[in-house]
Amino acid sequence: MAVTRDDVRHIAGLARIGVPDERLDALVNELSGILGHMDVLARVDTSGLGPGPVAAMPLAPDEPPSVGLDRPREDFAPSTRDGFFLVPRLATHEDGEESA
Amino acid sequence: MSASPLARGAAGIAAAVRDGSETPAAIVAASFQQSRDVNAGADGLNAFVSFDEAASMAAAASAPRHGPLAGVPVAIKDNIATPFLTTSCGSRILEGYVSPFEATAARKLREAGAVLIGKTTMDEFAMGSSTEHSAFGPARNPLDRSRVPGGSSGGSAVAVAAGICPIALGSETGGSVRQPAAFCGIVGVKPTYGRISRFGLVAFASSLDNVGVFGRTVDDAALAMEVVSGPDLTHDATSAARDVPAFRTANHDLGGMVIGRPREYFPASLDAAVAERCARALQALRARGAEIRDVSLPHTDLAIPAYYIIAPAECSANLARFDGVRYGLRVEGDGLRAMYEATRSRGFGAEVTRRILLGTYVLSAGYYDAYYGKAMQVRELIRRDFATVFASGVHALFTPTTPTPAFRFGERSDPYEMYLSDIFTVTANLAEVPAMSVPIGRVGGLPVGGQVIAPRFAEADMFRVGYALESELGDGAHR
Repeated sequence: MAVTRDDVRHIAGLARIGVPDERLDALVNELSGILGHMDVLARVDTSGLGPGPVAAMPLAPDEPPSVGLDRPREDFAPSTRDGFFLVPRLATHEDGEESA
Repeated sequence: MSASPLARGAAGIAAAVRDGSETPAAIVAASFQQSRDVNAGADGLNAFVSFDEAASMAAAASAPRHGPLAGVPVAIKDNIATPFLTTSCGSRILEGYVSPFEATAARKLREAGAVLIGKTTMDEFAMGSSTEHSAFGPARNPLDRSRVPGGSSGGSAVAVAAGICPIALGSETGGSVRQPAAFCGIVGVKPTYGRISRFGLVAFASSLDNVGVFGRTVDDAALAMEVVSGPDLTHDATSAARDVPAFRTANHDLGGMVIGRPREYFPASLDAAVAERCARALQALRARGAEIRDVSLPHTDLAIPAYYIIAPAECSANLARFDGVRYGLRVEGDGLRAMYEATRSRGFGAEVTRRILLGTYVLSAGYYDAYYGKAMQVRELIRRDFATVFASGVHALFTPTTPTPAFRFGERSDPYEMYLSDIFTVTANLAEVPAMSVPIGRVGGLPVGGQVIAPRFAEADMFRVGYALESELGDGAHR
């Protein structure tokens, strides 16, 4: 598949690489030449592989790591609300101004 | 060399340091002396991007003396992070950059007692097969300085081949350790994908990248592999949680082993002298008791087209981080976008620019399925080729490492012609299997490498074949 000058300008923009105009024709030729060798892939029968992406290395289980606490969390933080722990209110200098 | 302590090899040096008959300082001093004797500097072999003799000598003085690599001088490719010396990836965009942290493989070498003597010349961001794409000048082949040492890890291969250090680290994405090992007449190993942690290896194409090792001998390489292999689950998700068996062995007998000879790696067009050296190597394997069996890996000819879509695609994403904000070079422009474009235009060389553009193109809307999606499917066909052959009772494969010996500087100016240098090596990266190059003879004074490929995580079998080749060929491996 031949690459055009506009293609090179477009992908250079996507890649955030400044390409001076005098380099455009050389890049058109180089990229078209390289991609010409890739056309052989289009003729390969891959229908037996089924749809979707192909797995590479086996993946590790997508599980959160253990937290590594010495005691179960429920022992010292038994209550939650809206996804946050409820803890005893601490005394502050504002205690005299605001009631609990 | 015979009087030099470096002639003992990695295991011999470490044994001498452990028993107190040598000191790390004396070994490292000998290494720098050898570097001067062979003129490894910029006007000679140009093996190193950076080195600091005083700092290496200081490191030698405090290096642990009881490890498996006690006192062993090592060279490390300039894309593997070390907090001492540069990690410039052979690129202007990272010129002079010093990493704030240490790669796992480098740390393991240091903790085993090895002493870093220099960061080595490489093709920019590991994209190349000759080191001609280094921003800091190419390394030169110590056996014929008018020829390339191979690449991209050429400087590491040169440091080992020139006798400066017995082992070195490189990196492999499509053959960047095995090809320079073959061109320089030494041993080069690409492990199974995931065998060595890539923490601290600057990413090029993450699904293909590996840290690899060079050794002057199979035993040097096996020892280095034992040290740097294994999971590093504290730091990363790039290494497999697999135990590391012993790779060193005194058993060089191949009785009961079946070694496949894939016909696609021996085309009629193969250099006749390379083919003859391979035939001699196969005879050596037979002499050690192996059964040689003709096999087929039918999708081999699709490997280069698939590789040169997948690798540039991944590189275009990985190298997006070099933008003038976080690392290295920054060229000011009129606004943020202009600064990005000026920095990347000035910082990247021609080959890296070409591959980023190619990768951006094959990932862009309208072309993704036709190029990248198809290449990933072809990669799966190649992976299944290997799985089928290994499931049929074949323990390892033997092939030439490269189609020809080392070529001259400037001889391969067409990018695709250069890519074909990797024709016998990229398949192992695509299939994620381990492979190594072992010297099997010379043609016109230039080394020829034989490649041993094994199933995933079967490096121990691969090394056994490597040891057998080396010991059976003897001096013939270097004639």
